[in-house]
Amino acid sequence: MKLKIAAVALAAACSMSAQAQTEIQWWHSMTGGLNEWVNDLSKQFNDSQKDYKVVPTFKGNYDESMTTAMAAFRAGNAPHILQVFEVGTATMMASKGAIKPVGEVMKQSGATFDPKAYVPAVSGYYTAPSGEMMSFPFNSSTTIFYYNKDAFKAAGLDPNKAPTTWPEVTLAAAKLKAAGSKCPYTTSWMSWVHLESFSTWHNVLFATQNNGFGGTGSRLAFNSPLHLRHFENLSNMSKQGLFVYKGRASVAVPSFVSGECAMFTGSSGSYADVSKGAKFAYGLAALPYYPDVPGAPQNTVIGGASLWVMAGKKPAEYKGVAEFFKFLSSPEIQSASHKRTGYLPITIAAYQLTEKSGFYKEKPGTDVAVTQMIRKTTDKSRGIRLGNFVQIRTIMDEETEQIWAGKKEPKEALEAAMKRGNEQLERFQKANSR
Amino acid sequence: MEKRVLFELKGLPWLLMAPQLAIIGVFFFWPAAQALLQSLQEQDAFGLSTRWVGLDNFRTLLSDSAYLESFLTTALFSVLVAVLGIGLSLILAIFADRIIRGALLYRTMLIVPYAVAPAVAGVLWVFMFSPSIGVVSYGLSHFLGFEWNHLLNSTHAMTLIVAAAVWKQLSYNFLFFLAGLQSIQKSLIEAAAIDGASPWRRFWTIQLPLLSPTTFFLLVINMVYAFFDTFAIIDATTHGGPGRDTVILVYKVYQDGFKGGDIGGSAAQSVILMVIVVALTVFQFRYVEKKVQY
Repeated sequence: MKLKIAAVALAAACSMSAQAQTEIQWWHSMTGGLNEWVNDLSKQFNDSQKDYKVVPTFKGNYDESMTTAMAAFRAGNAPHILQVFEVGTATMMASKGAIKPVGEVMKQSGATFDPKAYVPAVSGYYTAPSGEMMSFPFNSSTTIFYYNKDAFKAAGLDPNKAPTTWPEVTLAAAKLKAAGSKCPYTTSWMSWVHLESFSTWHNVLFATQNNGFGGTGSRLAFNSPLHLRHFENLSNMSKQGLFVYKGRASVAVPSFVSGECAMFTGSSGSYADVSKGAKFAYGLAALPYYPDVPGAPQNTVIGGASLWVMAGKKPAEYKGVAEFFKFLSSPEIQSASHKRTGYLPITIAAYQLTEKSGFYKEKPGTDVAVTQMIRKTTDKSRGIRLGNFVQIRTIMDEETEQIWAGKKEPKEALEAAMKRGNEQLERFQKANSR
Repeated sequence: MEKRVLFELKGLPWLLMAPQLAIIGVFFFWPAAQALLQSLQEQDAFGLSTRWVGLDNFRTLLSDSAYLESFLTTALFSVLVAVLGIGLSLILAIFADRIIRGALLYRTMLIVPYAVAPAVAGVLWVFMFSPSIGVVSYGLSHFLGFEWNHLLNSTHAMTLIVAAAVWKQLSYNFLFFLAGLQSIQKSLIEAAAIDGASPWRRFWTIQLPLLSPTTFFLLVINMVYAFFDTFAIIDATTHGGPGRDTVILVYKVYQDGFKGGDIGGSAAQSVILMVIVVALTVFQFRYVEKKVQY
């Protein structure tokens, strides 16, 4: 009797799975409004066809979800799709057995896929030296400049003209301070803005072997006179109270949104916070540069995250992943996502569609990030892809803080950061050479 | 005459201990063994290639001056947390013990912080002390002209994490001290009072010595707490900054292993940490315990 019931149950289970959709597990790190965005995208895709069902799951912030996925992979429970921040890119690329390149997934499933349709600075970052696209750019951002127009007006500056160069920023900061500002300028993401983007923006190397694109033998190279000049400039601004350090990562954002700091450099993704919270007129502008540097401004560096496909899944599931990516890269979906979140459109068609819709005229400044990225990249500006990058970013924070605290000279701090960062790179190279 | 419970079945004691042994085995010994194993390996993030590297991970660590500096930071931090935590809670327990009206309310309020998760405790303190917008830092600069900035001032940063860590552990210490004080026989203290001993003298010569087993126990527990349980507080407040001035050993284990995916290096650090804490505990039991009167 028992056997019979079991047999019936088994048969039922089999017939059910034959009819059921193929489930695609998607682990992500999007919170708040962005979480809703991810859920809406999945729902829209699930409603658009019958064969596949994408199941998005929030797995903590970027490094948490990546760590969870590593543990899950070791235990054989990895998801199909994993959202990984740009800092984790080199680690993912080096883990060849754990991932399946997106280019391969698309090709095998027969989906038409043209890597050229993507914004070069975005797709180039996630492309292997062989030209194969390794991961799917999902939410990409870059570094831009924000300023408080009301504070500019109060300090006698032209609110409709943002400073475009660092000398202009310094001058504006001095005027703002004279007008009583306690924090004329601040920044988030010290390494991303002032070393990584700063390097590509001026078309100088941040690390050897084309910023790590050439292989794991890459070493840091930000001891150039230009880098030093920039940090000496920032150090002087800090001493004069023109630049006020507000903490690591994106901790400084509220200082701008609250109106305390008048100028701010950070992620284009902070637009969501600024537009929602700022009770003053604000402007968005391109990242400042040094006008006497030949080739500047080039393009800024990418941030945000991309979607990686994990290895060891069934062909039918990969087909579902390919269908989902095809859905995500359609210009309509891309453009809608760009308008909704402030993340960059990843295809040129999506940018053109957004432009045609009049969105950039309606919300001036939202195209700054796009125009900084839609450029032909050079070998020096394609992006920065280093192993153990999480640790290296921490080292940059630690060493540059010594400058603002007055404990180290800029030259000393940059050299210490390079030495300690290179130790991390050597370690990564050793662990991933086989 | 010796008193001894005799079990007829030899296996029964083991059977009764089995659940506890299983928990200790699964949650303590197994991970510890795993850490020991991994500290001798070099692995990529996904565990695809594992190489035995002998003591390489340890060698790299010990030649890293930044790592050695965090030993000093850890020593300073844990001594401050243990001494201040035990001292303050003892004072609070003494006062709470003397209170007659509303004693329950005071005690409950003093126990509440223990229910707060370390990360939440860190966030609470960071809200209060956030430069220029936190309640406390605003008050300090507005009324006293004192500019609080734990982002760049290492003394401020250390003060902040010690305060948060002590506050978090205060309730635990308090509970033990209060229980200890209440188990001291009233007749002893009354006799001393009749002999004309002042409250301070009664405390110093009667209560404190009788509390010494509790104090010793708390010293061990607080050291272990400062060494192991405080990384969430640091992660929520200073992230180890300014520079590396608040990077304590356990925070670096967390940073390298969980954020950086460097399993081998992180495991080696946790083994070193384990050795330190075992050594400290042995030291405490061998030398400090001799001064304890049971």
